[in-house]
Amino acid sequence: MLDKAVIEKLEKIVGAENVLTKKADLVAYSYDATADVQKALPDVVVLPSSTAEIQQIMKLANETDTPVYTRGSGTNLSGGCIPLKQGIVLCTQKMNKILEIDPDNLTATVQAGVIVADLNSAVAAHGLIYPPDPGTVATATMGGTVAECAGGLRGLKYGVTKHYVMGMEVVLPTGDVVRFGGKTVKNVTAYDFASLFVGSEGTLGIVTEITAKLIPAPKYKKSMLALYKNLADAGKSVSGIIKAHVIPATLEIMDAMTMETVENYAKVGLPSGYAALLLIEVDGMAKDAVEAEAEAVVKVIKENNGELRVAENDAEREKLWAARRAALPALAQLGNTVVIEDATVPRSRIADMLVELDGIRTKYNVTLGTFGHAGDGNLHPTIMYNCDNKEEAERVHKAVDEIFAAALKFGGTLSGEHGIGIAKMPYLKDELGESGLEMMRTIQKSFDPKNLLNPGKLVPAKEV
Amino acid sequence: MSTATATIYDDLALVKEELSRCMKCGNCQAVCPVFITEKTEGGVARGKIALAQAIIDGTIDLDDPDMYEHIFNCLVCKSCMQNCPTKVNFDKIIFALRAAIAKKKGLHPVKKNIFKLLHNYKPLFDLGMRAGGAFQGLFMKQIPSRQGRQLRFPIGILDRKRILPSLSATPFRSQVPEKVTVKNPQATVAFFTGCSINYIYPQFGQDIVTVLKKNNVNVIIPQDQHCCGVAVFAHGDVQTAREMAKANLDALEKTNADYVVFGCGSCASTLSHEYKEMLKGDADYAEKVEKWSKKSIEISTFLMKKIDFRKPEGVVNATVTYHDSCHLKKTMKVFNEPREIIKSIPGVTFKEMSKPDACCGSGGTYNLTHYETSTGILKRKIDDINKTKADVAVTACPGCLIQIIDGIEQFGEGQKGTHYISLLAESYRNEKKNGKK
Repeated sequence: MLDKAVIEKLEKIVGAENVLTKKADLVAYSYDATADVQKALPDVVVLPSSTAEIQQIMKLANETDTPVYTRGSGTNLSGGCIPLKQGIVLCTQKMNKILEIDPDNLTATVQAGVIVADLNSAVAAHGLIYPPDPGTVATATMGGTVAECAGGLRGLKYGVTKHYVMGMEVVLPTGDVVRFGGKTVKNVTAYDFASLFVGSEGTLGIVTEITAKLIPAPKYKKSMLALYKNLADAGKSVSGIIKAHVIPATLEIMDAMTMETVENYAKVGLPSGYAALLLIEVDGMAKDAVEAEAEAVVKVIKENNGELRVAENDAEREKLWAARRAALPALAQLGNTVVIEDATVPRSRIADMLVELDGIRTKYNVTLGTFGHAGDGNLHPTIMYNCDNKEEAERVHKAVDEIFAAALKFGGTLSGEHGIGIAKMPYLKDELGESGLEMMRTIQKSFDPKNLLNPGKLVPAKEV
Repeated sequence: MSTATATIYDDLALVKEELSRCMKCGNCQAVCPVFITEKTEGGVARGKIALAQAIIDGTIDLDDPDMYEHIFNCLVCKSCMQNCPTKVNFDKIIFALRAAIAKKKGLHPVKKNIFKLLHNYKPLFDLGMRAGGAFQGLFMKQIPSRQGRQLRFPIGILDRKRILPSLSATPFRSQVPEKVTVKNPQATVAFFTGCSINYIYPQFGQDIVTVLKKNNVNVIIPQDQHCCGVAVFAHGDVQTAREMAKANLDALEKTNADYVVFGCGSCASTLSHEYKEMLKGDADYAEKVEKWSKKSIEISTFLMKKIDFRKPEGVVNATVTYHDSCHLKKTMKVFNEPREIIKSIPGVTFKEMSKPDACCGSGGTYNLTHYETSTGILKRKIDDINKTKADVAVTACPGCLIQIIDGIEQFGEGQKGTHYISLLAESYRNEKKNGKK
């Protein structure tokens, strides 16, 4: 339990109405969107409104050795928000001001608590977009997506969060504030701090302000659906499209299990009897270029025995996307616990990975459906089970172990976009080796020697 | 009580399956009016689902002193349910939580007295409301040029700034005969008035009768109808709600009407949807509840889909915007018909507001117990109304209207707030002026 004096000081900093200590309130900050990880109640939740308040909170935490867990909307999928060692949950949701939109420089400067979709609505008036679009754009904060380096459906063509952060304001564990980067396209002054803080999962500092890069919104789009009787053909189409030098805005895959479940759940008209489908959208500024790319895609699909459906209008396009959006919620109906992985492989190994996942499903007899961002190699093998059934849970955990091993075997990575958090920390050594872990510890310690920021996440403690 | 099997309203543990459907994705944050205003996770559905799970797991006790505040900090507007990818029936969860706390600790302290009056003491409730009508001047002053009354001094839970509607000295059902008949009727309907129209806005009741007469429809206004019961159900007094439901079904059964029509989205959704939920497993009422749920429709659905709607010809010069009642839009999925009716009125210019189906913050008694949050929600609604530059804001629910009129007085630009059906009645009445019919 935190000392009463600390709570009183927090109340002085942010106002009593922005300090939550009642148990019923704390329960609501004991989790995030991750299934199958432990929950923990913080001692207190604070909702600051300014960088100056965060500095004071951090100074107080530093003086009293109190852990601080920065939290946006709590939508992450790796257990990153859970206050494992009690202390202070610092929620940025009241810091939700868009400070500036600068169409001349194609930038926006926002407070950390701005919702990604709100930024996109605001810049739409200028014909601009902020491309990173994780599934939770309508709720996730800019600060949270920066801390997790969130990806999304457009990663293949438009990149992920790290490609859109030009500058930041960060409060360090001492309470000091640093600003780096800004509106210049080029900047090699000092270390590349933005790259260090993007994806740091709240372990190095508290991101309070972000200067984000914007791009002109593409004017033309074309969506297509390809159906395959054979999983390998779908995989070959993915690498074929890339090899044909077409970079679609989205290139999504669903396996048979996911297709069937989506159809049962959402009734969007997906046919049965296929092994996989690809959902492809090409976009661009010129109609001719978009048409030409679409033609090239169609050719690859046909060469690989795919059956083609093209969206002829917005309503048809919307139907295709409804199917994709229904993938996770549909699968989630199949068990009371849903583990969504984001193991990622080089694009050329997508077909191998899909076949491997099929094998894992059979070997451990688990309910596993795969969908995801095939174009960037980022699959979402999703396992549904009943967490009250110990024997089943054990099989699931073994299957998960093997999914990670497979991704690494194909030259891939543990996590494409969800982060390490608690959920994937045990596997980190398999990818980075002991020297990699030691490097992480060194970096973390140099910023946060007392290990106050989001302890127990991302950086594995040294085994003794 | 002939309920054979225990329901989620009798045993909270049974709601566990519904809880497990929540993926904890947090999508509810994007639309929850309480969350958008307060920005705390305890306010949103995901937070309350976690709370329910914690109660079942024994991590926190129903006796926890802050439990009332948390469980009642929800308008049951069902916005979260529209945005939920896994279709969690959050209304069931929140009602089950409230039933559990009411059973263990009694009703919310503020509301105990109100519901005591409602509970099968119809004459008393009637008397109380009538007395309020006669004596309201003692503690509320009529504000010239305003649409309601302001408190002369703060009384308990009521904030002084609030503009409250006047109570009618004569309730609507005492103003009209039980049967209003026309020559060559297209249909016969029972009119379920609800408390708000009966006691606060009898004029809307008169307008509904006018509209039905103009459309050649026989109207039965059952004198033994009761409060619909949604307020007591939403506060966990499931037993009283069940009794009210049965009393109303018995009253309707006697009418033998083709349909039951409503001028209130909440009453309508209660009879069409919630009665089935309340009386689940009650074999004695299974048939009646099935029959009358199906027949229960909001007046716009009746006018536009069940009969030949007589297009109004009287001119009403107004720029109008329409607010969707949560229960009408999100439970009954009715949103097009009221707009069609408004647009059919000569002289009316219709302006859609941004987010017309965002909750207004009324939530029945939520605006009494959580006035500050309710006002924050309301302010966004009035801002959206102001932006339309409409001079009349209409809705299909007297509960929303009380709230919106309060909001217009505080944050609005002098717009008139009324029921959309009153605009239609006015158009019919103006036909004479225009020399038609």
